[in-house]
Amino acid sequence: MNLLEKLDASAAARKALLPDGVGAFGIPIEEVYSATEARIGDRRVLLLGTNNYLGLTFAPECIRAAHEAIDKEGTGTTGSRMANGSYFGHRSLEREFADFYQCDSAIVFTTGYQANLGTISGLVGPGDTVLIDGDSHASIYDGCVLSGADIIRFKHNDMVDMEKRLRRLGNRVETTLIIAEGIYSMLGDQAPLDDIVKLKNAYGCILLLDEAHSLGVLGETGQGLVEATGLLKEVDFITGTFSKSLCSIGGYCVSNHPQLEQLRYVSHPYIFTASPSPATIASTRAALELLRKGSHLRKQLWQNCTQLYTQLREGGYLLGPHPGPVIAAIVDTPRQALLLWQNLLEHNIYVNLILPPAAPEGKSLVRCSVNAAHTSEQIKYVGDTFCKLHGLVCSPS
Amino acid sequence: MTENNYNEIMKLLCDRLEGVSNSNVQITSETNIISQLSIDSIKLLNLIMEIEDTFDISIPINALTDVQTVRELADLVYKIKSAS
Repeated sequence: MNLLEKLDASAAARKALLPDGVGAFGIPIEEVYSATEARIGDRRVLLLGTNNYLGLTFAPECIRAAHEAIDKEGTGTTGSRMANGSYFGHRSLEREFADFYQCDSAIVFTTGYQANLGTISGLVGPGDTVLIDGDSHASIYDGCVLSGADIIRFKHNDMVDMEKRLRRLGNRVETTLIIAEGIYSMLGDQAPLDDIVKLKNAYGCILLLDEAHSLGVLGETGQGLVEATGLLKEVDFITGTFSKSLCSIGGYCVSNHPQLEQLRYVSHPYIFTASPSPATIASTRAALELLRKGSHLRKQLWQNCTQLYTQLREGGYLLGPHPGPVIAAIVDTPRQALLLWQNLLEHNIYVNLILPPAAPEGKSLVRCSVNAAHTSEQIKYVGDTFCKLHGLVCSPS
Repeated sequence: MTENNYNEIMKLLCDRLEGVSNSNVQITSETNIISQLSIDSIKLLNLIMEIEDTFDISIPINALTDVQTVRELADLVYKIKSAS
């Protein structure tokens, strides 16, 4: 099989799951009306499949800041952070992230994906070990591969399994990086951070926590799981993204370890790419300010999460173990998931479809992402529609 | 580790792979795990965790880049077990 035939085989596998004409992946969004509504084809749909957790995509403060930055500094930096791409805004945002987390320093990356790639591949290398949760995001897997370190998985959120694998490493634990996530993107469940910290301290490892989905969502000021658990000082490195609660694109790493600064000189995903545009940085700075003061947004978000989680559970759906902004209905087969996804779209509701092997344990997911801008009526409509369609995921297919 | 141990590893791998395979291919030492057995990446990674537990060893995922056939997986497990 030549290189192009391999891609043909991959396309055939995709078509077997998704018949022609079903554009569940990369569906074109023609117009965006607000944080909760858009047009897909000729339908005005409710957006339940975005990561806009605080509903800030149209926040006037962020839009104004982005406009001003474009007018003042142009559309792009046209260069790397290492060269000409570190403007006043980039450095200011790093100081603001360090202040937000009460940490000594912060680094801004061009995407959240690169934040994990750059941090992991900067921290570990050949001969070192990374111990990662089995449900880790692809950016974590890819960062580990890029690093050249030995990659060991533990069963998702299973601390007995994690300790077993730590024990097997023997004295290699001294050069082991443990990686977990504040909220996991597939089922919306949280890492058992207190137990992870206990094991990390017992074995003398370094811990990196990815707060991509928990930034703005968990904790009084929205720091994430570190704040919700009171374990901020126990986590060595925290990474995250601007593309969810902060409604732009980019990523960060914060730490109290002075060695974080050295990543600027060894991390290829930081060095060999253009820095975020001035407008991106400006809107992110404005959004971070709103996030820090956004306890009312978090309160609304959690009301919405609880409302939908409760309604789906009472409607007979199997869900992840924790209510939260990621609420995934777990179904047995790709066909059932596809049917449910299509019927939701016909009822003007857009959600995410996740099929194996992306979904855990061979299941398929129809995943909702709730945000603070959804009204109670919108959430009720989504819940009612899911319940009405429950028969689609009960019958054998 | 002896030849008997290697044969035990090979038998165990064949049994486990048969349990997760989506094809009717008769599994031999030369069977290609991905292309012939239609095992997706996550199933393979979960199988590796089971093998780690069975032999009380650590098998780095990145070591699997050199593994195509059942024999190559058996060689890897044998090598790691022998060194532990």
